[in-house]
Amino acid sequence: MSRLEAWWVILRICLEERLVYRGDFALGTLMRFLPIVTQIFLWTAIFAARPERATILGYTRDDFVAYYLLTMVARAFSSMPGLASGIALQIRNGEIKKFLTQPIDMLGFLLLARVAHKLVYYAVALGPFALVFFLCRGYFEGWPEPHRLAAFAASLVLAFLLGFFLEATLGMIGFWFLEVSSLLFVYMLFNFFFSGHMFPIDLLPGVWGDLVRLLPLHYLAYYPSAVFLGKVPDQELAAGLCVQLAWVVFFAVTARAAYQMGLKRYSAFGG
Amino acid sequence: MAAIEVEGLAKSYRVYLKEEGLLAAIRGLFRRRYKLVQAVRGIDLRVEQGEFVAFLGPNGAGKTTTLKLLSGIIMPTAGTARVLGHIPWKREDAYRRRFALVMGQKNQLWWDLPAQESFRLHQQIYRIDPKTFARTRDELVSLLGVRGLISQPVRELSLGERMKMELIAALLHSPEVLFLDEPTIGLDVVAQHAIQNFLRHYQQQRRTTILLTSHYMKDVAALCRRVVIIAHGQIMYDGSLEGIIDRFSRHKVVTLQFPPDGARPAGLARLGEVVEDSFPRVRLRVDRRQVPETLAGMLRSISLEDVSVEDPPLEEVIAEVFEQVSRQPEAAEALTGKEA
Repeated sequence: MSRLEAWWVILRICLEERLVYRGDFALGTLMRFLPIVTQIFLWTAIFAARPERATILGYTRDDFVAYYLLTMVARAFSSMPGLASGIALQIRNGEIKKFLTQPIDMLGFLLLARVAHKLVYYAVALGPFALVFFLCRGYFEGWPEPHRLAAFAASLVLAFLLGFFLEATLGMIGFWFLEVSSLLFVYMLFNFFFSGHMFPIDLLPGVWGDLVRLLPLHYLAYYPSAVFLGKVPDQELAAGLCVQLAWVVFFAVTARAAYQMGLKRYSAFGG
Repeated sequence: MAAIEVEGLAKSYRVYLKEEGLLAAIRGLFRRRYKLVQAVRGIDLRVEQGEFVAFLGPNGAGKTTTLKLLSGIIMPTAGTARVLGHIPWKREDAYRRRFALVMGQKNQLWWDLPAQESFRLHQQIYRIDPKTFARTRDELVSLLGVRGLISQPVRELSLGERMKMELIAALLHSPEVLFLDEPTIGLDVVAQHAIQNFLRHYQQQRRTTILLTSHYMKDVAALCRRVVIIAHGQIMYDGSLEGIIDRFSRHKVVTLQFPPDGARPAGLARLGEVVEDSFPRVRLRVDRRQVPETLAGMLRSISLEDVSVEDPPLEEVIAEVFEQVSRQPEAAEALTGKEA
């Protein structure tokens, strides 16, 4: 029996589980489109008093709206609702025992569960996404070139993996602290600002912008959008994706190490 | 051949002592006080392949901690253990494919999905080939009488039905060693009985080595020939169920049946503790050593229609032992020792 078959069954079961509460899931998915409407109104109001084609730090109104639409896509890949808190809860309530007594890897299992979660989400959101992008097509200057589109797709997949391993690492803190909700709240706050979800991070002045670009968070939302919009020059695309991949590897290794250390601690003190 | 070999196994926990009140909570932010809890204090145990052994003991005795050690969830502070030749806390897949742990108070199935999906997942996790999987699942499902329920979401099942599904999921890979931690907790008599029957039948057929912890003496009496009593992290007794009475019971129950038209004799309480007084039937608890003398005296001085001498019910003896060791931990040490 191949490992591939095992993964497929796990994925299939996770998909089925996701579909149990399909009504709630569909509603939650649709609600995610509301913020983009408010962004369109906000930036239209900001630019209303300015001359046509005016820019704010290099962004026109259309650029801003296009940027927010693209970060919405990037976050559909990189956001991991409930992952870190779920891991911490499993540690706290002892559910993690099943990963200790059964021959199954927790991180691999959670990754497959998250892939299933995302697949169901895309299936539900594909129609609304297509509609929103069709209605907002005027904010874009057209499709990027194929190589840029490919880089955009790669950055989305890497954003998914980075989001997963980063949050999984945070969840492992549950091995050391019983309650991690405040910590996760702080992380969410940082994520909101420094991933580029709230505003394009190239709006940050001088050294602050440079500092934020050193953090991995901007690869979760800003970077894929910047790739699509042509704000990353062609010659920097490969290097940018390599750095994003390096962050994925870093957090994959960190999450694994934290899991192993956490299990040691759990075995020694808890259980 | 030994399936489980344990030597000097010990486990201590450091527990945070939280005092009552807000001030104490604030003080705790700066200086914490801890207590060392010795959950298991150097136990030795050898279980042969195919044995069905019960672990008995009051709450907090160390039963579940021992099962956690043997299933590799926790590491010991001292001592060694080998289960099927493996050191449990190394958590090798080769070992994890050979045993199963069922905890009565923990759900391991997918809550929102039918149990058959969890079974399918276990098939993949344990790499069971499809034919063996289908045969084992069908056999277990039919033995436990849950054929109509496996396609129903687990959250809609009763506690007893859920426990049956947990057992099926745990046994699909035909484990050689099975750890059962209170599998009948919270179940009604019918469900308890069904699970007992199933476990007895399954163990007889497969000769699986089973370690069971339970607070229900009926589980133990129905299933296990060998009983290990553990208290304060130490093994107090290791032997047959019947041997418990010989070792720990200090009394016998003497039932006196008086002639219905006769008068009630005075001074019965002097012969022993009256545990039931429904004259003309009276039951007395008499010190084991005094039984022959007391009986002889009675027969000489009292007119009786019938008399019988019995051991006290097992449950009562065990409750007495638990109560004794709970009141004074040192009693456990005094009582420690193996059946001769």
